[in-house]
Amino acid sequence: MLCDKFDYDLKEMRALYCDALINTAGQNEKVVAVDADVSFSMGTGPFYEKFPQRGINCGIMEAHAAGFAAGMSAVGFIPFVHMFGTFATRRAYDQLFLSCAYQDLNVKIIGGDAGVTAAANGGTHMPFEDMAIVRAIPNFTIVEPADGTMYKTLVPYMASTYGNFYVRSSRKKAVKIYTDDTEFQVGRANILTHGSDVAIIACGIMVHQALLACELLKKEGIEASVADMHTIKPVDRAAVTQLASLCGAVVTAENHNIIGGLGNAVGECLLETDPVVPMERVGVNDTFGEVGTQEYLMEKFGLTAENIAAKAKKAIGRKRK
Amino acid sequence: MDKKRCLIAAAEIRKLAITAMESAGFGHIGGSMSICDALAVLYGEVMNIDPRNPEKEDRDRLVLSKGHCGPALYATLAYKGYFPQSELLTLNANGTRLPSHCDRLKTVGIDISTGSLGQGLSLASGVAVGCKMKGLNNYTYVIVGDGELQEGQNWEAVQFIAHRCLSNLIILVDNNKRQLDGYTEQVCRQFDIRAKFEAFGLFAAEVDGHDVEAVYNGISQAINSNMPSVVILNTEKGHGCCFAEIPGFNHYMVFDSEQADTARREIDRRLEVSLKDALR
Ligand SMILES: Cc1ncc(C[n+]2csc(CCOP(=O)(O)OP(=O)(O)O)c2C)c(N)n1
Repeated sequence: MLCDKFDYDLKEMRALYCDALINTAGQNEKVVAVDADVSFSMGTGPFYEKFPQRGINCGIMEAHAAGFAAGMSAVGFIPFVHMFGTFATRRAYDQLFLSCAYQDLNVKIIGGDAGVTAAANGGTHMPFEDMAIVRAIPNFTIVEPADGTMYKTLVPYMASTYGNFYVRSSRKKAVKIYTDDTEFQVGRANILTHGSDVAIIACGIMVHQALLACELLKKEGIEASVADMHTIKPVDRAAVTQLASLCGAVVTAENHNIIGGLGNAVGECLLETDPVVPMERVGVNDTFGEVGTQEYLMEKFGLTAENIAAKAKKAIGRKRK
Repeated sequence: MDKKRCLIAAAEIRKLAITAMESAGFGHIGGSMSICDALAVLYGEVMNIDPRNPEKEDRDRLVLSKGHCGPALYATLAYKGYFPQSELLTLNANGTRLPSHCDRLKTVGIDISTGSLGQGLSLASGVAVGCKMKGLNNYTYVIVGDGELQEGQNWEAVQFIAHRCLSNLIILVDNNKRQLDGYTEQVCRQFDIRAKFEAFGLFAAEVDGHDVEAVYNGISQAINSNMPSVVILNTEKGHGCCFAEIPGFNHYMVFDSEQADTARREIDRRLEVSLKDALR
C-alpha cells in the first residue's frame, strides 16, 4: 500500500483526477462536469473532449455554478463542480449551505489549490479556512487526498454515494504516497506506521511530512504511528480514540488554519475521551496566505516534518507521568 | 492631454510589466497587456495623484478589480515613481511586496486589495460614497474585466451606483473578449455590455482601448456627463506583447528572457512608428 520510496508523482493531481472522472463518467451516465472558468487550471479539459455534451462551463460565477449543480442533482444528475477552493467555499457558501446541503441534494465540489499549494497565486487564492467553514454545514463529507492515486477510489465512491462532498485538492504533482493498487475507505483513516509513543494524524500534503517526521523521531528512539485522516468529516473517531489510547499523545498536521480543520475535528473527539490525551497541532497559525514557492510557504507556516517532530516531542512531554 | 507623453508612458509600462513577469518566469500577461494604455492615460493624464505623497487625502482612487493584472499596475506605479523600478524584479518572489494580486497592505499606491473577481465595484462604490461624505472633490476609477462581469455582485453594485447617482465613480471595462477558459462568447455570452449598463441608467462611452486619445476622450465624456459612468474599452488580450498576441491561451504564460527581449524591442519599434504618426 505505501510506496517504498516517496517521490513526486509523474502525473499532476489534476490529470489523475480527470482520468478518474472520465472513467467514472464512462460507467455512470448521470455524472456531469460543472466548471466556473477555471477548467483550464483544474485540468478538466479532457473530460470536455471525451463527453462534450456532459460538461457545462458556467463562466465566472461560483455561486451560480453551485446552485446550478444543485438543481441538476435535483433531477438525478451527479455534478462534479470544479473551482478554486477559496471561491468554491467562501464565494458560494450560502449556496453550498442552502442550495446543496439544506435540501439534501447531491453535489460534489472539488476545491482546487489547497492551502499553500496555491503558491504564486497568493493570499487571495490560498484557502486556509475552507475545511473550517464547510465543516460547519451538515450534510457535507470532506475529503483531502494525500496523493493523486486516491482519486481512483474517491471519484467512483462519490458518484455512487448520495450526498454532498467537498474535496480539497491540489492541481500540481504531489508526492506519491500510495502504490497504484491501493484502495481506501472514505471515513476510515489509513494507518501508515505503527508506533506507540505518539500518534501523528495528518491529511493532504502533510501526510508526506508526517512520514518524514516519523523517520526523524525514529532516529531519536521515538516510535510514531502515522495516520492519513483523508476524511476530515466525518472524522474517524474510532481511529482517533484507538491511536490516542495506544500512544497517549497526539499531533495533528494540516495545510490549513489550525482553527476549524483537522486539528479541531481530532481535538473535539479527544475532548470526549477520558482521560484527555495531550495533543499538539501543526497548521497555519490563524494568519493569511501570501505569494511564494510552496517550499518557502511550508517553511514559513511551519508545515514541515521538523515542526511535526518538535510538536510530537512536546506532546510526549505532556503525557501524564 | 499630451499624446506623445502618453504613448511613451504606455510603451514603458508595457515593457516594465513584461520585465516584472519575466523575473517571475510567468504571469497574467494577457489581461495585463490589455490595460496598459488605459493605465497610462489614467495615471499620466487624468488622475489627481502625487507619487511623493501617495496618501494625499483628496487624491483620485483606483480599484483594479481584475486584481490578477497587478503587474500592469505595479509597472505603472513604478513608472510614476511610487517605488523604484528595480523592485518590479521581486514580483511574486518569496516575501515580496508585489504579489500577483493587488494588496493594499503590501504595495505603496494600491488603494484596495483585489483578486477575487467581482468585488471591486462594490468596494469602489464604498470609496466613492465615503469620499463624497467627506466632501472630497475627487474621482474613483475602477477597472473590471469583461469576463469578470459574469459575477452577479457586479450588477448589484451597478444598480446601487445608479440609484445613488455616484457621478464621482467611473467604471472602465477591459473588453478584451476573453476570460480564462477562452472567449467570453463561447464560455458565457455577455450580450450587449453597453446596453446593460445603460439599462441601469449609467452614462456609457465606448472606445478603442488601445488608442490613448480615444481613451482620454471617453473618460473626459464620462466626467463631463456628471452621471455615474462606464467607459467600455475595446481591447485585445495580450495587446502589444508580440508573443502574447495569439488566438490561443494567453491568460497566463510562462516565458523566458529571449521572448521578453523580443517583445520589448517590438514595443520600441511600434512606439517609434506611432510617434511618427502622431507628429504628422
Ligand atoms: C471569484 C474568482 N473566480 C475565479 C477567479 C480565477 N480567475 C482569475 S482571472 C480569471 C478570468 C478573468 O477574465 P477577465 O475578467 O475577462 O480578465 P482578463 O481577460 O482581462 O484577464 C479567472 C476565472 C478569480 N480570481 N476570482
